[in-house]
Amino acid sequence: MSETPRFLRPVTVHEADIGHAVTFAEPLPLDCGRSLVPFTVAYMTYGALNADKSNAILICHALTGDQFVASAHPVTGKPGWWTTMVGPGRPIDTNRFFVICANVIGGCMGSTGPSETDPATGKPYGLNFPLVTIRDMVRAQKRLVDHLGIKTLLAVVGGSMGGMQTLQWAASYPQSVRAVVPIACAARHSAQNIAFHEVGRQAIMADPDWKNGEYQLAGTRPAKGLAVARMAAHITYLSEMALQRKFGRALQNRAALSFQFAPDFQIESYLHHQGQSFVDRFDANSYLYITRAMDYFDLAEEHAGQLAEAFRGSPTRFCIISFTSDWLFPPVENKRVAHALNAVAAPVSFVEIKSDKGHDAFLLDEPEMDDTVRGFINSVALAEGV
Amino acid sequence: MNTPVSTPRLRPDLAAIAAMIRPGARVLDVGCGDGALLEHLVRTKNVDGRGIEISQQNVNACVARGLAVVQGDADSDLVDYPADVFDAVILSQTIQATEKPRAVLDHLLRIGRRTAVSLPNFGHWKVRLSLLTGGRMPQTRALGYTWFDTPNIHLCTLADFVDLTKICGAQTVEAHALREDGSTRPMRPDAWGPNLLAPGAIFLLKKKS
Repeated sequence: MSETPRFLRPVTVHEADIGHAVTFAEPLPLDCGRSLVPFTVAYMTYGALNADKSNAILICHALTGDQFVASAHPVTGKPGWWTTMVGPGRPIDTNRFFVICANVIGGCMGSTGPSETDPATGKPYGLNFPLVTIRDMVRAQKRLVDHLGIKTLLAVVGGSMGGMQTLQWAASYPQSVRAVVPIACAARHSAQNIAFHEVGRQAIMADPDWKNGEYQLAGTRPAKGLAVARMAAHITYLSEMALQRKFGRALQNRAALSFQFAPDFQIESYLHHQGQSFVDRFDANSYLYITRAMDYFDLAEEHAGQLAEAFRGSPTRFCIISFTSDWLFPPVENKRVAHALNAVAAPVSFVEIKSDKGHDAFLLDEPEMDDTVRGFINSVALAEGV
Repeated sequence: MNTPVSTPRLRPDLAAIAAMIRPGARVLDVGCGDGALLEHLVRTKNVDGRGIEISQQNVNACVARGLAVVQGDADSDLVDYPADVFDAVILSQTIQATEKPRAVLDHLLRIGRRTAVSLPNFGHWKVRLSLLTGGRMPQTRALGYTWFDTPNIHLCTLADFVDLTKICGAQTVEAHALREDGSTRPMRPDAWGPNLLAPGAIFLLKKKS
């Protein structure tokens, strides 16, 4: 039943592990009322599943992440995106635990998304792809976990959009997950978050090469729009202080201002580089769909605005981690989740890590975060006899 | 809210508090330090324990012990806790370091059916003598800071604290004087003796119905 995953962009690193894919013939019902049939989930696994299948940990990736959490990316050749956290001897130790990471539906690294062929038309979905939500993504992950024969996950861990998914896991499948670690996230997307995403989407849609989402058929690629979207978003992942420290007003390859609009400042060429390298690996329509999924996320909504109700009676243990300089998902939003959990007496720990690296701190080497995750995961494993 | 590092045996004041907690109770330890008391309660009394702690290092120590601890501040975070969810709330050696002791005690009485408070006694004879003879802010074993860098910004005597419990509408269920050798003995809250002789005390309070 296991297939070879197909990616939007060609594999360039042929020695890299491209992982697995599984296609489900049973429909995936979606929050929008439509369903995906068939649908494919592409995923990576690391480590070995133990005999009673009790040592599985699911990692959820962020907006532009993918399943290559701890091994080289087969398209870009870059190392896994969370090698400080996941790997042999790391806080999430692949010598002890069976780690799963799946590309979200709506994505462009092998799971069904807008660039895949719509079986109804034989053409790429484009904007005919249904709007998916964070809950839909988690539904698809649950199908994968079931497919792997795992009844209970020891933990679900993720940052940013991945953190939203961990919360959704606890709310949707409380009996199937022993512990969750939501990092640098929130139980809802704020007005400011939605605003930044809308800027990105408008940049993509304003690119004449976007062609109303049918650029694959037209043989074009809205590279400029997608790059601008990435540049704007990237600023929100960093802190003002980190930008100042890293770049200041330093000039790029020149001694004086050029009195032209070519990039004078290092920060400009840095952002250009971020935009360009993103375009080389990501799909514009996927970006539209996944940002929309995040905008729609509000765990309290289905509980009449009472976030606490999403977790009432939950047996799952929570360890919420936030960063002081994260202004995209500030500590206060993370803490809101902790308070909601406290209100229903769910077992929750919360830490606020001092860092000036902004939202992206969760992807970087942050020893305090590593210690927290290691301690928490070990205590959960001990309690579960793993 | 940073309580001293635990020794292998539970500190005497913590042991006295532990003795006040019923098995299986739902407990919130405000300023739980590295989690020594909470862990003891979870292990020996099977309590459903939660903590609040200001120091991140201590929170990490608690998380690694498998405890559910929220990094936060008694002064600002207790307001978010609903009423009567805990059987017992513990505030150990912390009230003197809060910005608003009265508001904190009000919240504790609201959140828990019982509230255990342990505190150092600024009315202890050594403190009084030190100020009388030395003419400077006293530094004792229990209160070993200079006046300008102490976290203990709201020190009080046992009599002062008893006054506050009355202002907050609390009833004292039990009170224990902490002795110099670390042992405890029951005391009457309004007795003058412990206020002079005890370096600290532990009160178990409840809201008057």
